[in-house]
Amino acid sequence: MAAPRTRRTDHRSWMRLGICCALVAGFSIPVPAADLASVTLKVQPKMVKVYGAGGLQGLESYQSGFLVSADGHILTVWSYVLDTDFITTILNDGRRFQAELVGADPRLEIAILKIDAENLDFFDRSQDVELDVSSRVLAFSNLFGVATGDEATSVLHGVVSAKTMLDARRGVFKTPYRGPAYVLDAITNNPGAAGGALTDHQGQLAGILGKELRNSLTNTWLNYSIPIAQLNPAIDDILAGKSRPRTDDETAMRPDRPHTLSSLGLVMVPDVLAKTPPYIDAIRRESAAEKNGLRPDDLVLFVGDRLVPSCEALRNELGFIDQIDEIRLVIQRGDELLDITLPGLKNANP
Amino acid sequence: MTRPTTLLCAGLAVAFAGFTPAQGQQVSPAVKSAEQVRIAAIARAKSSAVCVFARGGRGGGSGVVVTPDGYALTNFHVVKPAGASMKCSMSDGQLYDAVIVGVDPVGDVALIKMLGRDDFPAAEIADSDQVRVGDWCFAIGNPFLLATDFQPTVTFGVVSGIHRYQYPAGTLLEYADCIQTDASINPGNSGGPLFNAQGQLIGINGRGSFEKRGRVNVGVGYAISINQIQHFMGYLRSGRIVDHATLGATVTTNENGKVIVSNILQSSDAYRRGLRFGDELISFAGRRISTVNGFKNVLGIYPRGWRVPISFLHEGEQIDTHVRLSGVHSTEELISQIQQTPKADPKPGEDPPGPPGRPAAPKAVKPAPEVAKLLEMRRGYANFYFNRLNRDRVWSRLTEEMDCSKFQGTWKLFGQIDQLGDLEFSLGDDQSQANMPQGIVVLDAENDLDTQLGPRGSGGLLVALHLWRHLLVKGPGEFGEVYYLGTTPMMGRTGLHDTLIGTHRVIEVRFMFDPEEGRMVGLEMYPDLGADPCEILFEDFRPVGDQMLPHTLQVRQGDLLYGTIELKNYEMSEKQAP
Repeated sequence: MAAPRTRRTDHRSWMRLGICCALVAGFSIPVPAADLASVTLKVQPKMVKVYGAGGLQGLESYQSGFLVSADGHILTVWSYVLDTDFITTILNDGRRFQAELVGADPRLEIAILKIDAENLDFFDRSQDVELDVSSRVLAFSNLFGVATGDEATSVLHGVVSAKTMLDARRGVFKTPYRGPAYVLDAITNNPGAAGGALTDHQGQLAGILGKELRNSLTNTWLNYSIPIAQLNPAIDDILAGKSRPRTDDETAMRPDRPHTLSSLGLVMVPDVLAKTPPYIDAIRRESAAEKNGLRPDDLVLFVGDRLVPSCEALRNELGFIDQIDEIRLVIQRGDELLDITLPGLKNANP
Repeated sequence: MTRPTTLLCAGLAVAFAGFTPAQGQQVSPAVKSAEQVRIAAIARAKSSAVCVFARGGRGGGSGVVVTPDGYALTNFHVVKPAGASMKCSMSDGQLYDAVIVGVDPVGDVALIKMLGRDDFPAAEIADSDQVRVGDWCFAIGNPFLLATDFQPTVTFGVVSGIHRYQYPAGTLLEYADCIQTDASINPGNSGGPLFNAQGQLIGINGRGSFEKRGRVNVGVGYAISINQIQHFMGYLRSGRIVDHATLGATVTTNENGKVIVSNILQSSDAYRRGLRFGDELISFAGRRISTVNGFKNVLGIYPRGWRVPISFLHEGEQIDTHVRLSGVHSTEELISQIQQTPKADPKPGEDPPGPPGRPAAPKAVKPAPEVAKLLEMRRGYANFYFNRLNRDRVWSRLTEEMDCSKFQGTWKLFGQIDQLGDLEFSLGDDQSQANMPQGIVVLDAENDLDTQLGPRGSGGLLVALHLWRHLLVKGPGEFGEVYYLGTTPMMGRTGLHDTLIGTHRVIEVRFMFDPEEGRMVGLEMYPDLGADPCEILFEDFRPVGDQMLPHTLQVRQGDLLYGTIELKNYEMSEKQAP
């Protein structure tokens, strides 16, 4: 497959004969590795520095992301950093943008942000690669928040040490993700690295850098990346607008008698922040919520296919569902994600 | 390049002989060749790497030899607990004595000198501005003090970032413009070299980002760039405790992303050059400035006292000028920093998880006589011996061509100034005089010199020449306090110049010497350190008797060229007039 490397050597005839024999014998001479510095220059413009909530109790308020469309869709990890109305992103050239959270898939722990820009350099996901054990990789991220303004994010090198499923035993890894992962020997498990890009030595996208994960049995920190192939369907859905919170959709019709939190028996935490995460504070006895398995401290993530990143978004989304229709919820309880359906009312209330 | 060809042929011959891949490891010749190149680069580089051991087991770190006579670089925080002398091992298995030369506590650099050889293997120094993110690099040092056999540890990685700025972390250490790498940097690597793939020195390792796992490498290490250190080399050789530069102004980013002045000291040179609050900074020391960090990065690599170009926008107009950089810290602050006993200062290089049974604090050990010869402790200096050494070196180099010590009498200089007319200077011990086209200026050396700054507009030309003669006649021993500053750039000339600073009563004079020929090519006379000095550039050296003397003097003060003096004649008498 690879062409023999051309060299300026002495043209001894037995050398030529040797090359012909090598080709015949299927002995392939690999193309020399691309110059990493130029690969880095190619990738850096696609990297994004993400800033949001946090900054307290040792939880840093920054993470990494990368562009997946020319008009400003940024793939990053789903984390507390995004729990704010004011997500700021800074591109490689130092331009700052306020970003909007347009979708997320908490099972995969990814989120997509959108900034108002165009003609940006991005990772073309039709070019992405799948890696094997021993594949040489580069990990791009803003770990430790070293880069600010127009400074480029950092790059680490390493190999894929293993390709495996994250340990699904309960409580071992605090993550709802249970799929395949690349385990790396590059130390990507560092503050702010999550959401960064894993590429091969040609700069082709292979995965997203995972969040800081500690194996609670061995007390070791895992350097891992989720392969991009695992994420592509979800990314496509989000880019197609499937999980965008409804508040942006002006044309939808509101039913005369929609569901409400109180009719379902839900009391949410006090909505005091700009974007209060929709945690359930209390559940009324004998209510639909209690009967169908919801519990206090559950976090409501999706109503139907719609992301509800705040109490307000949740209330709003319920307002589009008629009382007689069922409600499908995706909730997070601890590290687990659960699907819970609340039935519609059999008799419409007057 | 015959070796890879040979390997290729050998590989092919084996393949042709029917050896199938399934029977064993096939290593591509390209890989083998790359491996050989890497091994050779590391072997070359390793020979200059040093393991630094503080006396009595008080810690240690790494270093690298940069000259064959034994000058070596390391971190300030490595030598701080060691005191003035220490032991260093090299990969040849030998242990050498070393003494402190100069320190830069802010930049965390120290220069030491190893004793016992004049042919130490020295690192080849590269241009760290050529380093690119993604380049391979390697660190050599003594992490975890593993080098009990004196063989240092080599760790390999990529350059993860360049021009990185690291905030001072509760100390006065500020890592500006550093190289970030994922080559493992651990406690003990401090002070050691970072090499590029060719085995050339690009930085000195000294810091890392650490978090939940404690002080062990997590893929983020920082090296001080060798270009920064090159700016300081002359200063470090001077045996002093050196300080970094400040502009006398602070900057911030405005809402348009421009870097503008947010605060400025009226006493600063920048203010005298026209910089004001709200002005936009365009470039500094030749580098375009687009962020505050970018500005701090450039500022952080220069020593106090240098003069660098600056461009800024003032009320829509671009001003290109040069600015003198003053110091960040007072002398007292710096001295107190290095005279502090080391506390729990978490830095790689101190307190590594070392072997058990470390010896108890030892009794004070007197250095051996050959080491003691190179130590001269004086307040304000890391090692005054080296200051005297360089001051005397510069002076004896000058006096090879220009020894005026016998001309104790009056000097008369005849010439003209621009197109304005003839002039005559008469310089003596007690009195000097300038007969200018505009009039006569007299200097009475008994009175305060800083109140006699004629001719008008020159900033004190007569005082400057008076003190110039005074130094040349009396020498640095009797001028007043004369010390070696280091090397500095000079406006109108290329390269770095040896600089002496002399203080005569209240006046400070800077004397600059050409590094190639040793001539005194300039001076700056400061009657007031808060104002522009009188500057003289000496050019057109011609023989007068057996002396080489300047025949063109360019005189400036601030932004103004006072005039160019062409001298036709010198009359220098040997005896004092009765």
